[in-house]
Amino acid sequence: MPKITYIDNKNNSKTIDVENGLSVMEGAIQNNITGIDADCGGSMACATCHVYVEEKWLNKIPEAEDAEIDMIDMAFEPKKNSRLSCQIIVSDDLEGFTVTTPEKQS
Amino acid sequence: MIKTDVIIVGAGPVGLFAVHQLGIKGLKAEVIDNLDKAGGQCIELYPEKPIYDIPAVPECTGKELTDNLLKQIKPFQTNFHYNERVDEVTQDKNNWIIKTNKNKKIIAPNIIIAGGVGSFEPRKLSLKDAEKFEGKSVFYSVTDKELLKNKNISIFGGGDSALDWALELSKTSKINLIHRRNEFRGAPHTLSEIKKLEKQGKISIKTPCQINSIDGEKNIKSIEIKYDDNKIEKLDTDIILGFFGLIMKLGPIAEWGLNMDKKVISVNTNNFETNKAGIFAVGDICTYPGKLKLILSGFHEVALASVECFKRARPNEKYRFEFTTSSKTIQERLGREKKND
Repeated sequence: MPKITYIDNKNNSKTIDVENGLSVMEGAIQNNITGIDADCGGSMACATCHVYVEEKWLNKIPEAEDAEIDMIDMAFEPKKNSRLSCQIIVSDDLEGFTVTTPEKQS
Repeated sequence: MIKTDVIIVGAGPVGLFAVHQLGIKGLKAEVIDNLDKAGGQCIELYPEKPIYDIPAVPECTGKELTDNLLKQIKPFQTNFHYNERVDEVTQDKNNWIIKTNKNKKIIAPNIIIAGGVGSFEPRKLSLKDAEKFEGKSVFYSVTDKELLKNKNISIFGGGDSALDWALELSKTSKINLIHRRNEFRGAPHTLSEIKKLEKQGKISIKTPCQINSIDGEKNIKSIEIKYDDNKIEKLDTDIILGFFGLIMKLGPIAEWGLNMDKKVISVNTNNFETNKAGIFAVGDICTYPGKLKLILSGFHEVALASVECFKRARPNEKYRFEFTTSSKTIQERLGREKKND
């Protein structure tokens, strides 16, 4: 189980073990990480699981598909390293993966 | 005041099927939804995306599911109150009275909350300063086009709404179309029209950039936008229009005194009643051990809730479980009684 780190916008960080196969969003929801709402439940329809991915990890995860990029347009303060955490699937390759959550999701 | 058997909050798939389950039991319902049409998330978030897990329907889109549910409940001639949100719930002996944001009042012994993740509202600009201009010179929808004539208008967004309004308003105003990335997602024809107007100097396209600040006291004078390379540009602006899609907000439901777990309502699994007798929660908005946020779960939940609704609405009648295949009464209610003669 890789360790995933979630940092909120006030720089509080939480590192948790997330099971392989879960999304980074599910890891957050199951472990009561605040800052990720995931209103639509992971169907890429709401942009409330928006996170900023630590730069060094951006090239190590599969690129966002068009529908995800379109959805990120709707997110609160999107940046270059914005992703929807429901679309990032945890595997052993993601040991140490780190995301920062935005100030708010809506 | 309207009097009915059940008030249904939310016209998504589960709210619509609630009308059916109540209707076949002879109960009347009034449905309220903040959107301008039925379908909820199915219509607003994924009208064209296929759904594969509706029993006996191998594949259908959100729109098809909604249309079919509306067809299925047509015999019950239900009143829908669109563009309205339930703001208050108060108790009157064995009845509940709701008041909408348009001051409409409805009384009934039962309320079924099928509110999904809450009511849909426009997503707003992230800039704090935008708030004080909201409704005066910052808008998230266009209700009065007259207000937008002969103005400098800065439109934010990259989807169909932003593009369509840029085209329309460019006839009478000077338009800045501002988007956080270079690609717009809209109909190819609209995009080529926009490009044409850009050449004619009627629309200025600004990408990739986002709003940085707003200048003005009572009214907006100008705004600053910030490009990805940190370059700042000042734009003369009277009006800002933002089209960032819709967001779901739980809203006033949180204040109705129901037992909640974060943003969902706790219910029992016998009849999906909340901690308040006569108020039920079904679909994505309810929670119980093992809850799955699936449309099919919502259909089951509402079938059971409708039985308790019957008992509360018809305390002097005995509830009889019946099948649609064999019950003459149900078939009459569905307007099908003559078919088999």
